[in-house]
Amino acid sequence: MAADELTAAVTVRDCRIRLMRGGAGEPLLYLHGASGASWLPFLQTLTKRFDVIAPEHPGFGESDTPDWLDNIHDLAYFYLDLIEQLKLKNVHLVGNSLGGWIAAEIAVRSTKHLASLTLAGSAGLHVPGVAQIDSFMVSDEQRLHHFFHDPKKAKEMVARVLDSAMEDIALKNRATVAKLSWQPRSHDPHLAKWLHRIDVPTLLLWGDTDRIFPKEHALAYQRSIPNAELVIVPDCGHVPQIEQPDAFVAAFESFVDGRRPARKTA
Amino acid sequence: MKFFNFHLMPYAQADLDAIAQHGAAWVTFSNSHYDPEKGAELYHDYLDQMEFADQLGFDGVCLNEHHQTAYGLMPIPAVIAGALSRSVKRAKIAVLGRALPLSNNPLVVAEEYAMLDNITRGRLIAGFVRGIGAEYHACGVNPAHSHERFHEAHDLIVRAWTEPGPFAHAGKHYQFRYVNPWPRPYQTPHPPIWIPSQGSASTIRWAAERRYTYCQTLSPIAAVARFFQLYREEADKAGYQATADQLAWSNTIYVGETDRKALREAKPHLEALVNSFLKMPTEMLLPPGYTDTASMKRVRAVKVTGKKQSIEELIASGVVIVGGPETVRQKLAEYQDLAGFNTSLTKTQFGTLPNEMARANMTAIAEEILPALRERAPWRAPQQAAE
Repeated sequence: MAADELTAAVTVRDCRIRLMRGGAGEPLLYLHGASGASWLPFLQTLTKRFDVIAPEHPGFGESDTPDWLDNIHDLAYFYLDLIEQLKLKNVHLVGNSLGGWIAAEIAVRSTKHLASLTLAGSAGLHVPGVAQIDSFMVSDEQRLHHFFHDPKKAKEMVARVLDSAMEDIALKNRATVAKLSWQPRSHDPHLAKWLHRIDVPTLLLWGDTDRIFPKEHALAYQRSIPNAELVIVPDCGHVPQIEQPDAFVAAFESFVDGRRPARKTA
Repeated sequence: MKFFNFHLMPYAQADLDAIAQHGAAWVTFSNSHYDPEKGAELYHDYLDQMEFADQLGFDGVCLNEHHQTAYGLMPIPAVIAGALSRSVKRAKIAVLGRALPLSNNPLVVAEEYAMLDNITRGRLIAGFVRGIGAEYHACGVNPAHSHERFHEAHDLIVRAWTEPGPFAHAGKHYQFRYVNPWPRPYQTPHPPIWIPSQGSASTIRWAAERRYTYCQTLSPIAAVARFFQLYREEADKAGYQATADQLAWSNTIYVGETDRKALREAKPHLEALVNSFLKMPTEMLLPPGYTDTASMKRVRAVKVTGKKQSIEELIASGVVIVGGPETVRQKLAEYQDLAGFNTSLTKTQFGTLPNEMARANMTAIAEEILPALRERAPWRAPQQAAE
């Protein structure tokens, strides 16, 4: 598949980030997870219908690491600024894992420019009694293997993320992930209090065998976000957009097509 | 040369097979392996050893700080320092912990050290460290904030010791409406500050700029010499000449009757230290953000804690000195000249070394090594050292 996205640098206030963009249609802002940004095949598929915008977070890869970056809330406000600066309206906000957590933090602050919210295998909540892999207490390779239901499918991601030529970027990404999610571990104890504020159609799309943020996390989000839809993808781990891209795109498009008018416009 | 008896207070009764099977003696190695009866016995043996060091004429005793590990049973070094502050009559007490970033209240460290300094009437040496990577897993502190918290805590503690209180502190990581710790330190302006490190260039520069004594941990002597040279260069840049008294080498020494006997006696216990107690995977030792990318890559490439090391290798690379009295005297003098330090922080008990052997080793060091080297300084003149 020919990737026809354009990569450009965008500066929001003083922070310069890398931003990939392709396709046309309603804007879809995709927030990547802890392993970093790349133009994944599912994004290419989505360009047929959407104006797909995939930034590389501050603190990751080629993007700046600004002095103000200390926690997940800083990124939520950064992306609210970015949405304003790019004059995006009716955005489909999609995030996986760490990116899903950022998306949830954005949505509790403001849904003014959002058309919908999709969280896939997202961090952000603590669910008592649910065993999780501590992604900081396993080797880099083990961590990526834990992402997948079918470990054979981890190969491509291991090769991409752990390419020795990319060691500097991998270390930079991991340091930012630690900064954002080490303590409290991958969640914000205050997030659940405010999820009721999310008043746009919300899709929770989870791998059935996610070991990083098991599906109980999806149920916890569902309990707090009004009318959130839940889709569990079978034979799928922590990264449905990579492990089951067709199922991901199908579920997402059906959600977008079937979505009821947002509560705020009712 | 000054001699300090340095203790890790390891859980010497640990099941080494269980550590090997688990792959680490830290953080995730279950404390169900700890037997309080055996542990209590060890605490008393170790406290006795520290008091014995004082009686034998060591210049000081050294404590340290590690959390959730069989490697060392001193998560709160002030407990041990407090227990020794009246029974160690003459020697200095150096606490080569307090891992500042791990504490949510650095004023506790200011208070703790000031109390010890008063009780010992000024025999306290105040160590400040960041703690090794595993500590960040154990203490729930973000490794990516380690440097920031270290510097903010250090600045606050020194200010609390030297500036009349009360004053307010509103920093990024710590905020106090009232900073006014009682007691103030006994020594003026405050206890000497020592900085142990694994050799980070930024830490060496920072310590040299403040004239703090720099302590090099667990490294081959050639690397120690390079780090100490870097310290002297940084001191030159800061506009003064560093003395050998500002440099301390943290080592292990075992003195036996002959080289062969010493090697045979020390071998299982020293190898237990490096291959069992120190063992941990890279992700435990080096959490992301703990150190800068360049240092991270360097340490990852060496895989320091992954390789099995023999006592022969440790002796050959000059991480430790093991031998008969003459060999130990010669090597220590040679290393002193090579690296230019004037303080030896010496583990006399290590790994699984039993109490009686540790005491015999301490006695041998006190009788055979100390007298010959006590008045010895590195041969190099300060201006040569700075070249």
